[in-house]
Amino acid sequence: MSKNNLLVSLENAGIYKSPKWLIRGVSLEVKSGQIVTLIGPNGSGKTTTAKMILNILEPDEGSLKRYTNKIAYVPQKINIDWTMPLRVVDFMRLTNNLSDNEIIESLNQTGVEKLFKEQIHGLSGGEFQRVLLSRAIAKKPELLVLDEPVQGVDFNGEIDLYNIIKNISANLNCGILLVSHDLHFVMSATDHVVCLNGHICCSGKPSSVIKDEAYIELFGEHRSKTLTYYQHDHDHTHASDGSVSS
Amino acid sequence: MLDDFFTRALVAGIGIAIITGPLGCLVIWRRLSYFGDTLAHSALLGVTLAYAFSLNIAFSVFVISAVIALLLLNLQKRTRLAGDSLLGLLAHSTLAIGLVLIGFLSSIRFDIMGLLFGDILAVTVEDIALVWIGGFIILGILYFIWKSLFSATVNYDLASAEGMKPNIYNMIFTLLLAGVIALSIKMIGTLLITGLLIIPAAASRNITNNPKQMVFVAILIGILSVTIGLFTSLELNTSSGPSIIVIALILFIISLIPLELRGKLQK
Repeated sequence: MSKNNLLVSLENAGIYKSPKWLIRGVSLEVKSGQIVTLIGPNGSGKTTTAKMILNILEPDEGSLKRYTNKIAYVPQKINIDWTMPLRVVDFMRLTNNLSDNEIIESLNQTGVEKLFKEQIHGLSGGEFQRVLLSRAIAKKPELLVLDEPVQGVDFNGEIDLYNIIKNISANLNCGILLVSHDLHFVMSATDHVVCLNGHICCSGKPSSVIKDEAYIELFGEHRSKTLTYYQHDHDHTHASDGSVSS
Repeated sequence: MLDDFFTRALVAGIGIAIITGPLGCLVIWRRLSYFGDTLAHSALLGVTLAYAFSLNIAFSVFVISAVIALLLLNLQKRTRLAGDSLLGLLAHSTLAIGLVLIGFLSSIRFDIMGLLFGDILAVTVEDIALVWIGGFIILGILYFIWKSLFSATVNYDLASAEGMKPNIYNMIFTLLLAGVIALSIKMIGTLLITGLLIIPAAASRNITNNPKQMVFVAILIGILSVTIGLFTSLELNTSSGPSIIVIALILFIISLIPLELRGKLQK
């Protein structure tokens, strides 16, 4: 598939949940090879918008057009009850049939291939997040929707996962819709930013969004600037117990 | 061979255990125990109507269960009462209506104990055919929709996003559940059928570590419960339904032991 094929478009869409609109007037597009991010405060409709794109929620007004069925999703929260015995390998096969090799290969990409036969219930938050991402990659999707994919992952792991996400978009040439709180990654690595707060406050290339008044108002002048230009240089390292060593 | 009432009971009972194994697993994974119970309670109404209008019992129970399931969906849209309240409402009102109707049908000889606890020893050759053919259809459908149903059981949004159409398959699953209850009501009885769905699956969970294993072990435990239960019932002259459930319970208690031992060994 060539670059810049339109994968999905949302036109003037909204979801009403009595007694108010959760989100309204959202228009956005995701093309192949593109990373589109949704940012905004809690309750601003990021997840709701992602669910409209995924057709989990049907818009109460406006419309959704989808041009692909090869879709993978990393939801914000998954609780799997103990009653359900589930190994990582079973979870990887949840919505498609994969060989053991394919599974190991995609677990390998996020560095958790050793968890292959582990019970899902025994994983840490960070490990589970990596398994979720591997499962989505294994589907070789054309459209990948990631809802806060690095939550619960430690700092270095976060950098790893964001690099993996960048690579997926380049290697698989898939379109990615990302919901994220990490303004630094959003501004440095994505192609298109949509800033939500019940509606679209502003959107466009990262370089133009950070100058937008609506964006500055939403995230505060200080925070928006510091986070945008924030660079983290380690002048020391941490041992695994957290103590500082130089 | 099927001339002997005990053999007939055994063949029918084993057939039922094979169907309740996988469906029971889905019931406990989806936290639908009380839903199953509600369908089973409403089955009494189905049986009563079958007698009143001379219908086939399994057919009548299936229709009533399906109607109750649809009613529940409808009620959920109309009120914000919690699911368990609505289930309680439906379970006991249908049970009550069933019992009131029985009062009107005083001309017909009714074996109320048989209805509540099942009469596996009165199984006819037709009943066996019904269980095995019906069971074959139910398991066949389940086999074809397993992937979608299972993914929706793990996470509805994920299944929905990735094109597994969970709402359609959830509906089909409800009908299958109504079907199982219809097939087994005569032998296990309205009060105990949920037990045969849940207890073998629960016991199986204690000793297995993946979904397929859990389903197969649940079937085995179900078959063991039915077989040992029926022999016990014959030997001790106890009701067959309760005997089967008591054996299932004993197997459940045994399934807890390895877990305890493992815990002690780790300490």
